[in-house]
Amino acid sequence: MASVQVSLPLPVLPQGWAADRDFKPIGHLSDANDRNIEPVGPHFLAHARRKRHKRTFSEDDRIQAQVNVKKVEDDDEDDISEPEDPLMLQREAKDWKGQDHYAVLGISKYRHRATEDQIKRAHRKKVLKHHPDKKAAAGGTEDDQFFKCIQKATEVLLDPVKRRQFDSVDEAADVEPPTKKETQKGNFYKLWGKVFEAEGRFSNVHPVPKLGNEKSTKEEVENFYDFWYNFDSWRSFEYLDEDVPDDNESRDQKRHVERKNQNARRKKKTEDTARLRKLVDDCLALDERIKKFRQQEHAQKNKRRIEKEAEQKRLAEEAAKAKEEQAKLQAEKEAAEKAEKADAKKAKEAAKNAAKKNKRVVRGAVKEGNYFHGAGDAPASQIDSALHDVDAIITRIDNEELATLTGKLNGKKDAGEIKQILQDEVKRLVGAGKLKEGEMKSLS
Amino acid sequence: MSAEHDPAQRVAIGISFGNSYSSIAFTTAEGKAEVIANEDGERQIPSILSYVEGEELHGGQAKSQLVRNAKNTVAYFRDFLGQEFKSIDPTPCHQSAHPVQHESTIAFKIRDTAEDKENEVTVSEITTRHLKRLRSSASNYLGKDVNAAVITVPTNFSNAQKEALNKAAKEAGIEVLQFISEPVAAVLAYDARPEAKMADKIIVVADLGGARSDVAVIASRGGIYTVLATVHDYEVTGLKLDQVLMDHFAKEFLKKHKSAGDPRENDRALAKLRLECEAVKKALSIGTSANFSVESLVGGIDFTATINRTRYDLLGNKLFAAFVRLVTHAVEKAELDPLDISEVIIAGGNANTPKVASALGAAFPESTTILAPSTSATAINPSELSVRGAAIQASLVQEFELEDIEQSTHPMVTVTPHLSHAVGVLCISGEESSGIFHPIIDAETPLPVRRIAIIATPKEGGDVLIKLAEGSRHIKVTKPEPKPKKKSEDDEDDSDEDESDEEEELREKTWKVGKVLSEAAIKGIKKGGKVEVQINIAADLGVNAIFREVGGKGGVRGIIQPPKATQNGSA
Ligand SMILES: Nc1ncnc2c1ncn2[C@@H]1O[C@H](COP(=O)(O)OP(=O)(O)OP(=O)(O)O)[C@@H](O)[C@H]1O
Ligand SMILES: [Mg+2]
Repeated sequence: MASVQVSLPLPVLPQGWAADRDFKPIGHLSDANDRNIEPVGPHFLAHARRKRHKRTFSEDDRIQAQVNVKKVEDDDEDDISEPEDPLMLQREAKDWKGQDHYAVLGISKYRHRATEDQIKRAHRKKVLKHHPDKKAAAGGTEDDQFFKCIQKATEVLLDPVKRRQFDSVDEAADVEPPTKKETQKGNFYKLWGKVFEAEGRFSNVHPVPKLGNEKSTKEEVENFYDFWYNFDSWRSFEYLDEDVPDDNESRDQKRHVERKNQNARRKKKTEDTARLRKLVDDCLALDERIKKFRQQEHAQKNKRRIEKEAEQKRLAEEAAKAKEEQAKLQAEKEAAEKAEKADAKKAKEAAKNAAKKNKRVVRGAVKEGNYFHGAGDAPASQIDSALHDVDAIITRIDNEELATLTGKLNGKKDAGEIKQILQDEVKRLVGAGKLKEGEMKSLS
Repeated sequence: MSAEHDPAQRVAIGISFGNSYSSIAFTTAEGKAEVIANEDGERQIPSILSYVEGEELHGGQAKSQLVRNAKNTVAYFRDFLGQEFKSIDPTPCHQSAHPVQHESTIAFKIRDTAEDKENEVTVSEITTRHLKRLRSSASNYLGKDVNAAVITVPTNFSNAQKEALNKAAKEAGIEVLQFISEPVAAVLAYDARPEAKMADKIIVVADLGGARSDVAVIASRGGIYTVLATVHDYEVTGLKLDQVLMDHFAKEFLKKHKSAGDPRENDRALAKLRLECEAVKKALSIGTSANFSVESLVGGIDFTATINRTRYDLLGNKLFAAFVRLVTHAVEKAELDPLDISEVIIAGGNANTPKVASALGAAFPESTTILAPSTSATAINPSELSVRGAAIQASLVQEFELEDIEQSTHPMVTVTPHLSHAVGVLCISGEESSGIFHPIIDAETPLPVRRIAIIATPKEGGDVLIKLAEGSRHIKVTKPEPKPKKKSEDDEDDSDEDESDEEEELREKTWKVGKVLSEAAIKGIKKGGKVEVQINIAADLGVNAIFREVGGKGGVRGIIQPPKATQNGSA
């Protein structure tokens, strides 16, 4: 053998690849198929020489050798064998339209599912058995009627168009829908499944969805009924046509029959569509899954409603509670404020009173200090200017300063001392910019 | 040891023995197969015997007796050998001696002696007589007494049938060295040509014979052949093609001579019609038209007509299409795609019909070579494929003791494990970064096997990774983009494009990477260097691989254990 030339390049070795002696075994080959090689040609001779080299095979080896070999030739004895109905064997070829072509070929268990290959093999088998020569040889008559039936069956079944026409009216492939009673015995899926499997043979669309079982999802079930309510069928009814008379009959007669056939076909097709629709309706009506899904949906809806209501209630309650809380807080706040206000008023009053008192003390102190006049009765002018000055002080200072000042003056009897205190206060006030230097008449 | 079983004394030929025709061939000293003509110059010798007043006629001479002496003419009997009456199809014998049950076997009631009495001559005896005639033709031609042969049989010939044929041959003085199957003989006939190149490939042999058609899908791996699938059919046949022409000419005849009657309803006229139609069919293989001419067809009326090839192609359309379906069915049965098929060898006499080749060609991609006279100038005569293969095989085994041949052809030797997947290497290509699979050893290769591959490396050389893996073939189907509707104003420009309106989907063979088997590294490859990978797979599926740079020193060796050994661990 010449070597294989590969022009696509090998990949670059990835970074970090490492293996013992640069080789890493990873997997094993998949199992091999045992097959017979042909003992033919020069290369086989070389093979045989190698294989037999210094070896003698035991009888056991020889028997074992063939055991697992893949088969290449079809077995003759296989799936195609059915007992033949004696009545069927007496059929006349001219009545071929009424014959069950599948039964004639012995493949009635396959029907529309029979492959071309199966039909051919079945035909071969029947030909070998029913060839008229053989009947003659067996001392029978030269009756070739059933042989002709075989040929006709094969002709129909091997022609895709004719086969569809026959399959369209092949009642033996129909599966009758179960009665309500049968369905209710708990075999719904098995019984109806078969019905739809049979109906599915007419489908133009593939794959045909299956009925499924109680575990099918809602989507699968919906898909199934959708498919069957919109079924696209190739079924047609020309096989049941009335024979059109040969050309020697009148043309009108011919046309009449043709028209009749056309109408009959159309009518049957319409009936079939209606039949199928009813079938699907019936199945749907009995389908527990539909109820189940509806209930589930209902329950789902209910659940959602209840949940919603509960939520609403909860929200309302929460809102009410919050409102209450709010009101409470508000009330508390108001109460506090009120109390505070009252306190403030009291304090203010007190302060006012204190100030009044203090003012009295300060004024009193001026009087005590003899209106800064030294000894003797102070003249009215001196009293006036002293009171003027004290009033000026009192109006310029706030209550606290007043209190301090009062504190300082309290109990003082000495006029000088008193004057000094007041003079200090004046000085402080002037310093604070609250009094002007020249404003004082007697305390400057 | 008797003289005739002494390999040194053997004169061996190849024989193809069909229901319709037989051929004989020998291999020259230069190793070339040559087909031998009988005394009448026939290389396709009708498998027919006819008896006229005790005289035995054979081949073409016997065939012409089908008109006057049908009852004493035996034809289409090969498939009856070794069978019981209940399991045969007598249809092809309708215009010759009918088969009858004879004890547990089959016989023909014929007057084969000068006496005026019918004898039941068994199919074995008929076969012996036929083989005797073939043997004597070959002996006459070679000037030596032929005493051994390799004989071709269909792939579904049962052991009982082979046994019966072996016995009949022995009676005819022929030691059967080996039976080989017809399609494999056809492949061998091609491979034995000096110009043939050995390559791993899948071949379909599509044989459209006289009374049957047979298809075989064969893997050819290193010159070893494995039949992967077969299909047999007894309805799509040369006889049916003849019938198509018979119906045509009968109708033509009736158009002209309405009152003379249908030639198909008169035995003798029917026989004449059949013989002439077969001749017309053969003529249409070479010429584009042919003449039909029969003297005194019915009621003393001579009838001549012509037919052209196109007409025949149309008349036979259903059968040609059915034959194509058989072939594609066989490919499916082998779980293959037409893209997997490298060659279609069309065999059997009807392979000469150009329409058979063109119809088959249309069912395969362009990459498939169709080997038939009308498609390939170097095609071997399809009627001679089997016999040439048989002659080659005869030359290969003639010096062995019979017991030796029997031992070597026993399942003990022929049953061989075949790879279930292709084994190959992962390369890189433009689009796919992950690596694409390139097969080195194809699936269905018998083990043990050794293959060598030479693989390119990146432009700059350097270190490369060699990943061995299994691959499975995948058919990628690309639907054609719907053509945008042409604007009407463009119409005049590209009116000639309109014919190729229906664009077909594009089907390609691609590979899917399967199990990875191993990784190996070759380091420091020089610029433009190549890597050689040698893979040896043993019958137990153990792999021994050697990787090295072509022309470089050293290399990497790796062993992949067979699957079972590791499963059993220490066992
Ligand atoms: N040149 C030709 N052109 C067309 N058809 C031909 C030609 N030569 C032979 N045939 C047809 O080929 C058929 C015979 O083919 P072939 O010799 O391969 O058959 P066979 O193997 O002997 O028969 P069978 O397949 O029935 O066992 C006949 O139908 C014959 O008419
Ligand atoms: Mg043949």
